[in-house]
Amino acid sequence: MDNGSGSCLKCIDLTKIYGMGRTKTLAVDHVSLEIHNKEIVSIVGESGSGKTTLAKLLLGLTEPTEGEIYFLGKKRDISTHKKRLEYWKNIQAIFQDPYSSYNIFRKIDDVLLDCINMRDGKNISREEKVHMMSEACRFVNMKFEELTNKYPFELSGGQMQRLMIARVFLLKPKILIADEPTSMIDACSRATILDMLLKLNAEEGTTLIFITHDIGLAYYLSQTVYIMKKGRIVESGTAEEVILHPKEAYTKRLISDVPKIREEWDLSTVVYSTE
Amino acid sequence: MSKVLLEVNELSTKYVTRFHEDVYAVDRVSLKVEEGKSLGIAGESGCGKSTLALSMMGYYFPPLHYISGDIYLDGNNITKMDPDVIRRKILGTEISYIPQAAMNALNPTQKILSFIQDVIWAHNPKATKEEIFNLAKERFTLLGLPESVLYKYPVELSGGMKQRTVIAVSVILGPKVLIADEPSSALDVTSQKMVIKMLVDLMESGFIKGMVFITHELPLLYNVTDDIMVMYAGQIVEKGTADEVVLDPLHPYSRGLMGSLIVPEEGMREQKLVAIPGAPPNLKDPPSGCRFAARCKYVIPQCTKMHTIEMQELGNGREYRCIFSEEELRKAYQNG
Repeated sequence: MDNGSGSCLKCIDLTKIYGMGRTKTLAVDHVSLEIHNKEIVSIVGESGSGKTTLAKLLLGLTEPTEGEIYFLGKKRDISTHKKRLEYWKNIQAIFQDPYSSYNIFRKIDDVLLDCINMRDGKNISREEKVHMMSEACRFVNMKFEELTNKYPFELSGGQMQRLMIARVFLLKPKILIADEPTSMIDACSRATILDMLLKLNAEEGTTLIFITHDIGLAYYLSQTVYIMKKGRIVESGTAEEVILHPKEAYTKRLISDVPKIREEWDLSTVVYSTE
Repeated sequence: MSKVLLEVNELSTKYVTRFHEDVYAVDRVSLKVEEGKSLGIAGESGCGKSTLALSMMGYYFPPLHYISGDIYLDGNNITKMDPDVIRRKILGTEISYIPQAAMNALNPTQKILSFIQDVIWAHNPKATKEEIFNLAKERFTLLGLPESVLYKYPVELSGGMKQRTVIAVSVILGPKVLIADEPSSALDVTSQKMVIKMLVDLMESGFIKGMVFITHELPLLYNVTDDIMVMYAGQIVEKGTADEVVLDPLHPYSRGLMGSLIVPEEGMREQKLVAIPGAPPNLKDPPSGCRFAARCKYVIPQCTKMHTIEMQELGNGREYRCIFSEEELRKAYQNG
């Protein structure tokens, strides 16, 4: 899916092995993929399929055992702290648990101010900063005036996740990795958050990488879908191809396991696992 | 009409906070579970689904307090019973509950078998170890769980397995009604299907006679239960069969919920997700009139002027809580 724009993030034979000796676990197994600018990509898999490890590798939170990552056509270099910070200006993440994503001792103003300062905002006047922050809050349908002097834990889960998106709006990264951003949130607030992420893609041109086990969500949001099984990518293609016309048996099973409305959900084929 | 197993009549309960404030979490809820039927309860976080589940068992412990209403279990009114009697004679044997964090319900320092022994001894102190072992083994085989699980600690089991073990343990005393509160919300789709299959099997084989299934995932409810109730701010806002509520919702709130569904089906991508704006009201001081009024598109001044809005019956158990008539609502939906 090339929208006439170049490669944004590319990895070749990315491998991550946790532990050593008898406890050696192959979490990510020779994964190669290419994500283009402004693309919306979903990486789908069961629990333990290695999707979060892949996200951490792309974010530079863990070092790959093998393989290379290319960012904007150049080999990624995060060998020093300074280079790593520079890389993180371009790639940001939203995690599953909004409660553990914030520093509980810092107020919301500080959280947002940090983002402005990180984006070379040291010389901006206080008024300008406040204006930027209220604009970011407006982007996620919140009011900055109501948030000042509050701590993140005073908000609900959905609001905290929206504040995360406001942070991303201020930072304007090239890529946003969203690791199960809505799995702890009920269906109603989920729609709001997904719409905001799509708006971020449409208005700011942010490349979105969704990590999820929710196939419906992957189908609704993404242009390209990758299916992961035991650390490997077993199927990839456009959302229509992969989810409506899956080829791999594993993908077919995964999709048949999701309860649907118009199609029948067949429970008779379920085999109880013994693990 | 078949026998009514569980009947809840105008039940209201509240939480009393540390600051002695009352939070009216369940407000005059009535429901019926017939023999061989399952009832689903849907609603967003904080609408009182789980509190209703706890209240339905007739066993109250602070901060949850009973206000009014009746619960009939198999024809017996259990609201007036002594809590201690309820604990020994009703819970587990007549009505059983799978809590939301069921995975944490197991004791990490006990093997599953010894946990089952404790459960059974609490109700029947005379049971011998051999009897318990045979019963547990028989049930586990029947429910597709390997016998080896009995000798394991909870940490040795996967999430899906733990959940299935908890279900097997909660039905070991042969309850008539099972209340499942979000039994699959922390599992991936494959384990979720196994858990659901187990519950459906329990119903079909007649092990449990009725089930109340609570979740915020509507596609799941639609596939599992016969009837669905939609709850909002402590009240039931719509009741009907699964087909009626999911495919043809009447109440503006239920309609809003359906707008936020995501299923991997053709045409889903073209559809736009519609979120309901705003947040539910604070139940410390519930607004008068319609509780959904502040978030409703179709609100008129009368909605909040009345003290309470009563359920309108359409026959066949279909009810909804709105001041508009069925025709008026349908017309409003047609015009967008």
